[in-house]
Amino acid sequence: MIGTAFYIAALIAVLSTVMVITRYNIMHALLYLVVSLLAVAVVLYLYGAPFMATLEVIVYAGAIMVLLIFFVMMLNLGKESAAQEKLWLKPRIWIFPSLLCIILLGELVFLVLQNRQPVSGVQVVNPKEVGIALFGPYILAVELTGMLLMAGIVGAYHLGRQKEKTLHRFLENNQS
Amino acid sequence: MIVHPTTAGMLLAGVLFVLGLISILVRRDIIFMLLSVEIMLNAAGLAFVVASSHWGTADGQVMFIFILAMAAAEVSVGLALILQLYHQLKTLDSDEAAKMNG
Repeated sequence: MIGTAFYIAALIAVLSTVMVITRYNIMHALLYLVVSLLAVAVVLYLYGAPFMATLEVIVYAGAIMVLLIFFVMMLNLGKESAAQEKLWLKPRIWIFPSLLCIILLGELVFLVLQNRQPVSGVQVVNPKEVGIALFGPYILAVELTGMLLMAGIVGAYHLGRQKEKTLHRFLENNQS
Repeated sequence: MIVHPTTAGMLLAGVLFVLGLISILVRRDIIFMLLSVEIMLNAAGLAFVVASSHWGTADGQVMFIFILAMAAAEVSVGLALILQLYHQLKTLDSDEAAKMNG
């Protein structure tokens, strides 16, 4: 038996992912995607990887989702965006993700307070072992990941730069 | 019905991956396609962690960290590309980009 906690978290993850892929509004989809990532974080905690659950919450649900939300908000700047904001914040839109989040929070509190051994068939891997493996045999892959992140920074800077209008200096003088 | 934990975790990862795949095939909004890639990467990471807890080794979790870093780099470059596309085409429909001829 895996326990009811896994089934509840898995159900929330699948349900919110289905809600992500059926939404028309991108902000609603992002709201549900955060819930889905939190549910996956609870599943990771259940599978004896608490450090990975923390990273999932911080990096995925925190950093990447905030990046996407900022990007979406940056795209539709305009006078209709305030009215749309008011339209989005109806209770029937945020009540269901909040309900799913509260179920996840209750489950997490229950699991932390219970403090029992993990179920049979699941072995806990400590963050210490992960760190030793990361900077032992996998040190080359860690350096490659650093280079990948560097390439990501440079690529995002290069692609995201607005193309400046360059005029010849005579034309600039004529305009002014 | 008694299901082994590894089987259940792998099933969950498979279901999430297939949902992301369906989404990337069905949706035409390019931000939704990026989100689908995120869902699929997340499901792959979940499968790695489940396998790691099955064998009791740290290798799967190391792979999860790499997937996390790769997803961060991918989303930043992807968003920059979407921004360029939006400035050029004034829309987020990916079918519009099919008319692109350099």
